[in-house]
Amino acid sequence: MSLFLTRSDLPFCKGCGHHHVVRSTVKALEEIGAKPTDVILVTDIGCHGIVDGHFVTHTAHGLHGRSVALAAGIAMGLPPGKKVIVYIGDGGATIGLQHLLEAARMNIDLTVVVHNNMLYGMTGGQPSSLTPRGFRTVITLDGAPLPHHDLCRLVYDAGASYVARVLGVGDFSEVLRQALEMEGFALVEVLELCTSYGVRWNPGLWLKALADEAGYTPGIWIRPPRPVFRLPAGPWEPLSPRGEGLLDLPPVEVRFSSPLEERWTMILSGSAGEGVQQAAEILARAAMAAGLHATKKGSYPVTVGVGFSTAEVILSRSPIFYHGVHEPDAVVITSMDGLLNQRERIRRMQRGVLWLDASLPIPETEAEIRVRDFRGRAGARYAALYAIWTVLQEMGILPPEALLEVVQGSSLADRIPVDRWASLG
Amino acid sequence: MDSCRVLLDGSRLIVESCVRAGASVYVGYPITPASLIFSYASRRFPIALPAPDEITALQWMAGLSAAGYLPVTATSFPGFALMVESINMAYMMELPMLIILVQRLGPSTGTATAGAQGDLLLLDGLISGGYPLPVLCISDLMDCWLLPPIGLRTAVELRTPVVLLSSKEMVMTQSSFDLRQLPEIEPVRRACYQGPGPYRSYDPGDGLVPPFLPVGNDHHLVRLNASTHDRSGLLQHTSEEAMTNTRRLGEKVEALTPVLYHLDEQDGARTLVVSYDITSGAAREAVRILRSRGVPVSLLLARTLLPVPAIYYEVIERYPRVVIAEENAQGQFARLLFGRRIPSKIRLVGAVGRMVRPEEIVREVLAG
Ligand code: SF4
Repeated sequence: MSLFLTRSDLPFCKGCGHHHVVRSTVKALEEIGAKPTDVILVTDIGCHGIVDGHFVTHTAHGLHGRSVALAAGIAMGLPPGKKVIVYIGDGGATIGLQHLLEAARMNIDLTVVVHNNMLYGMTGGQPSSLTPRGFRTVITLDGAPLPHHDLCRLVYDAGASYVARVLGVGDFSEVLRQALEMEGFALVEVLELCTSYGVRWNPGLWLKALADEAGYTPGIWIRPPRPVFRLPAGPWEPLSPRGEGLLDLPPVEVRFSSPLEERWTMILSGSAGEGVQQAAEILARAAMAAGLHATKKGSYPVTVGVGFSTAEVILSRSPIFYHGVHEPDAVVITSMDGLLNQRERIRRMQRGVLWLDASLPIPETEAEIRVRDFRGRAGARYAALYAIWTVLQEMGILPPEALLEVVQGSSLADRIPVDRWASLG
Repeated sequence: MDSCRVLLDGSRLIVESCVRAGASVYVGYPITPASLIFSYASRRFPIALPAPDEITALQWMAGLSAAGYLPVTATSFPGFALMVESINMAYMMELPMLIILVQRLGPSTGTATAGAQGDLLLLDGLISGGYPLPVLCISDLMDCWLLPPIGLRTAVELRTPVVLLSSKEMVMTQSSFDLRQLPEIEPVRRACYQGPGPYRSYDPGDGLVPPFLPVGNDHHLVRLNASTHDRSGLLQHTSEEAMTNTRRLGEKVEALTPVLYHLDEQDGARTLVVSYDITSGAAREAVRILRSRGVPVSLLLARTLLPVPAIYYEVIERYPRVVIAEENAQGQFARLLFGRRIPSKIRLVGAVGRMVRPEEIVREVLAG
């Protein structure tokens, strides 16, 4: 008996092709001189899947259709000497087709053995997407109406290193040996007949004749070698974080002061690409430089490059637990996109100040309206920042120098004529 | 310098915290509002892998975890829904991993850029058979730093997937924050079985959690199984040993999940405000307002959501009136605690499509 099996009998119906798959697999493993601890068998759901308990190897018995992805996760961190084998059926291969294509594309070091008996054996013989046209099953008694996928071609096109199709009779350990020895993604499609259901609904049908008629041509297709996907370090090797620490941020020092006694909330709304979020962030930092707490929240449509861009800013003397803005103290609108986005809120405003770009129509509101020429004076790109500057000038909640300092320390430093703004007042 | 104040969002703290806690691989699939976590993780994690879909993401994580890595992902409901079967698999196979669920407005794809607290009850029934899954919940920026290591440690020590629950505004809003208040993080280590063979993957010995050994190791064979199995990992129908093993999965989570909460009780308070996740901020603010007006009130913020800690019932018991605030229409936490017959002393404050406001909580407290 094989070193790789716990017992000589297997849990399949008499005559089932799965027997040949198992016998050929263990023979191939013996021939390549693998040790049981070098082999990881990952099984899917189906009759073939229950064989894991018979194997003297590492085993993982997974979900229907997902075994290739599970095995990929295992294989990508293991060293090249380890052999990760996937047993999957035709049903599993089609429910998990994406996993096969992705593993082939990445060239993950796996050997996938597809037990293609052209139906779902475990559940009574229903057709799969690998069932050939005309093949009869329990729910297609007149024969399956559609042609099957050519799985070998699909994974080959996706980038598999080694692809083979064999008739699942007798000994095909040589093909499995080649697949196991090849580093990278290998898939062997084994054509079989389910003796319980395939034969019952297609009496007298021979596997070879069926394969010929369906165009299931046996063969081996090999790609020139290409890099195999492996992780840079194994799980037990030291792994260091990459890049700069995410907390290596420029600290904001308190160098100014603010007369603000409590909480002040502002909505800034304009058009995407016009620096709204950046301006709001600069305001928040400027407030921090004046010793205040600040929060900044962004909101924009899913297509971030067009339409409105809105930011909510809260400045507060005491810590901010709640960072929602219900009734803002200030609403600042720099473009039509912003006005349309905030129309509802502006209409509901009972108090506060609405700063509005001079190009815009005056909306209905109870808020005090201040029309200013943000776009005309600073251009579209910097209208939002200029609007913030204007608000600070007029409100006196922060020294404008705090804002200037943040701008000067930012990527905008040489692009914004802050001196000129300062003189514009 | 006596302070180090920066402007940052919760996603940044979460990712840096995971990395410092020893999480080795981030597997990501982009989805609003969890994409910020994905982009930080791609810059910072020792290894970051973009997956082609969320099912693959979870399966890769299971495979990586089986091999000894400590994987993390973040997603939102639509992606999480695809992960559910695979989370069940990882639960059954006993594979540690951290899944950060950033809630957004549903149902279905809902509004990707609006926050919500709509997925708690989904998490309660997530594991087929009703077995509990550890769910921890972030209630402020400090939790973004403190909870990922606890989640990762829980995952490793209990050999289970752990969900870290959050929501859009919690991980995306930028706030001024003093970095000096962050404590050091002790890295989580995955220990390995050192005993003689044969190794039995699901033999917990005298405890509730079996020692771990990576699949593919050179010493002992490892058997992992997503189907009903015995202590050796061999497929079973409903044998006694297998059923005992399955029950143990729930028992270990019930017994060993850390109980984390913030309780601030005030003398003379007749009302307790209870909240979690993003609404914790409004609850804190409401309590501050009430106390500043001389109204005594107590506050319970839940960080361990599942399994529900018994202490929550004990605290709630002490108050004639309890206001539970959360950003959904049903009162999901209240339902989690009391089912559909919510006692009359429990008052619900909810909101859909916007944050719960502190004034709404204040009003409900004063209505009592
Ligand atoms: S039902 Fe079909 S596929 Fe399953 S073991 Fe029997 S012959 Fe093989």
